Amino acid sequence: MSQPSQLHENKPPVYPAVNYLNADRGVWSWLTTIDHKRIGVMYLISVMIAFLLGGIFAMALRVELLTPGPTIMGANTYNRMFTLHGVVMIFLFMIPAIPGVFGNFCLPLMLGAKDVAFPKLNLLSLYLYWTGATLVLAGMVMGGTDTGWTFYTPYSTTTPTTLFPVLLGIFILGFSSIVTGLNFIVTIHTLRAPGMGWMRMQLFVWAIYATSIIQVLATPVIGLTVLLVGIEKVGGFGLFDATRGGDPVLFEHMFWFYSHPAVYIMVLPAMGVVSEAIAAFSRKNIFGYKMIAYSSLGIAFVGFFAWGHHLFVSGQSPFNDGAFAVISMLVGVFTAIKVFNWVATLYRGAIAVKTPLIYICGFLFFIVFGGMTGIAVATVSLDVHWHDTYFVIAHFHFIMVGAVIMAFLIAVHYWFPKMFGRMYHEGWGMVAASLIVLGFNATFIPQFLLGNAGMPRRYYMYPERFQALNVASTAGASLLAFGFVIILIYLIYALVRGEVAGDNPWDSRGYEWMTTSPPPKHNFDETPIITKDPHSYQEPGEEVEHVVI
Amino acid sequence: MSSSDTHVPNPHLAHHYETIEKQDYAVRLGMWLFLGTEVLLFAGLFLGYTVYRHFYHEAFHEASRHLDLWAGATNTVVLITSSLSVALAYDAIKRGKTKRCAALLIFTIACALAFLVIKGIEYSHKFQEGALPGKWYHYAEVTAPGANLYYTVYFLTTGLHAFHVIVGMSILIWLLSRVLRGHFSESYYVPVELGGLYWHLVDLVWIFLFPLLYLI
Repeated sequence: MSQPSQLHENKPPVYPAVNYLNADRGVWSWLTTIDHKRIGVMYLISVMIAFLLGGIFAMALRVELLTPGPTIMGANTYNRMFTLHGVVMIFLFMIPAIPGVFGNFCLPLMLGAKDVAFPKLNLLSLYLYWTGATLVLAGMVMGGTDTGWTFYTPYSTTTPTTLFPVLLGIFILGFSSIVTGLNFIVTIHTLRAPGMGWMRMQLFVWAIYATSIIQVLATPVIGLTVLLVGIEKVGGFGLFDATRGGDPVLFEHMFWFYSHPAVYIMVLPAMGVVSEAIAAFSRKNIFGYKMIAYSSLGIAFVGFFAWGHHLFVSGQSPFNDGAFAVISMLVGVFTAIKVFNWVATLYRGAIAVKTPLIYICGFLFFIVFGGMTGIAVATVSLDVHWHDTYFVIAHFHFIMVGAVIMAFLIAVHYWFPKMFGRMYHEGWGMVAASLIVLGFNATFIPQFLLGNAGMPRRYYMYPERFQALNVASTAGASLLAFGFVIILIYLIYALVRGEVAGDNPWDSRGYEWMTTSPPPKHNFDETPIITKDPHSYQEPGEEVEHVVI
Repeated sequence: MSSSDTHVPNPHLAHHYETIEKQDYAVRLGMWLFLGTEVLLFAGLFLGYTVYRHFYHEAFHEASRHLDLWAGATNTVVLITSSLSVALAYDAIKRGKTKRCAALLIFTIACALAFLVIKGIEYSHKFQEGALPGKWYHYAEVTAPGANLYYTVYFLTTGLHAFHVIVGMSILIWLLSRVLRGHFSESYYVPVELGGLYWHLVDLVWIFLFPLLYLI
């Protein structure tokens, strides 16, 4: 296996002496920076800590479920643990992960800009994230919440556990998300380099654009909703309390109006990452550029009108059920458009089997499998059977872990040399990737079977007949965890001792690779002028390069 | 285009923008997006109003008769007037008339304060009567089921709106202090424009709240 860069470069790659990482020194220069790249790096560290925490909670849950009876914790601890897992993974990891880290780091580079539109607001969004995260975790330490991440009323307004700090934390995290989204929309509108029309933007930029629209339009509603639950709990206003005339289903509508589109806040950037990496690792122009770009907007649009499929058993009218079911299935159409285009990009490409490609293959399988089961649970009659069972758990973990975390790992490996100028160890990368793809399947495929057999979610005890599949799932989760630990070790090693990567180790045609790796403080020594379409690997008169594996 | 005629670098131009026009466009777009998020923030409460008005039509109708129509109407006039004065303040600074702008901003801030005072008096009456939200409700004159929810919605919407009035007022005071220190001129006035836009939103929300809560 040879590095692509070695094929046409004989001199060893150089690490740029002055770059954004060492241009200013000291902790204070990081905490007060308005450089989008440094903010991206700080987001990377923050979300990885959140992911580690959420992962530890997940492992605790899996260990508890090894035996039908109590194993290592009681019912209340279990309830707090799955709430903690959900809240941390969704609000602290998945929503900010790809936009916060790679959106911040790569978006201005891909646009040929010096920074995002509002650099100070960008730093503010990071501080809001830290504040919200601290509040959420403090609330959990102060007594914990046992409502699950969905905070359904009237349970959430009557539970004796500490809820208010968690809700306030989520409210503040929402602000962080809105500020990021608003910043990216304005950046994409105003800071494109000369020559970059809308149809010359990279597909990651399109994906972030669609994501940002959802962040800006949906997040205020969850902000208000969690605030109302908090007020309700403290003040007893009766808004969602049926004993005072209130309507708990209203809460469900308001909650899912955000929380369903929030799935696309997580998935759309993931799809953007795959569009970038799949072109780079098949060394081929992306197939169906426009369709991939438009389908991102399509998902963002349709995603706003699908929330009612969470309420099939909440007493919604049959007409609503049917309408929401059909609209939900439309998401599958747009996703399928993307999948076909990705596969067509791979077809007859000069495929470079590197770590990110393993994750790409995993991603494609998971999004198809998770998507198909999504169509299944969007079917009203089937959902009545599967609602609140492990089938639903397995379905959304296929999308959120299977698709989003695979994409996050693609992004980490693909852009690691861009961010830090060094390479991770390819061999260990392959080992970890194989472990994770296998471990993921072993964790969640048994959960589909458990759910179909009738095991409800959020229970810490279960009948003995479910034990074999639960043990299989926990074994898979251990593989998964082992894979993540390997990644953490070799990435930290690569930061310090990794081989110098050179400016463009993948020989990618993405615009973010036009500058040095790591980039200088102001991104480009001179403003780039864009003269060709993105992801362009073949040009007239230019020989197509094939990487020898 | 007047600012690009000179070759002196504009102190208000951030390093990552090419021209001041582009930067102004960016901040305006950012503000409009932000106003969009504000509309959606209130939308959740308007949804709550709609649902409960549908459920408890009679209680809502009856309870709305017990609001102080005069106070509400006066506040509506006060806010619409303040919207006009903030627009005139923007027009003044655009022509470089700093003093005129400052006077109009002071008038707008006074209107905001008047609104809050009237609203405060209204609130204190409601507190005395016991027309309070949820479990605190003990107002004897409206006993129809759902009346407590009317006052829940009333306090939540007007409370959130009053919070926005306070924020808007703070922004106007900050703008006034910058106007008085001579920060703005006919070539640089975008912050006044954005502050004015925010104030219009505060006004607009009330224009929806007033008929929904007081009139119908």
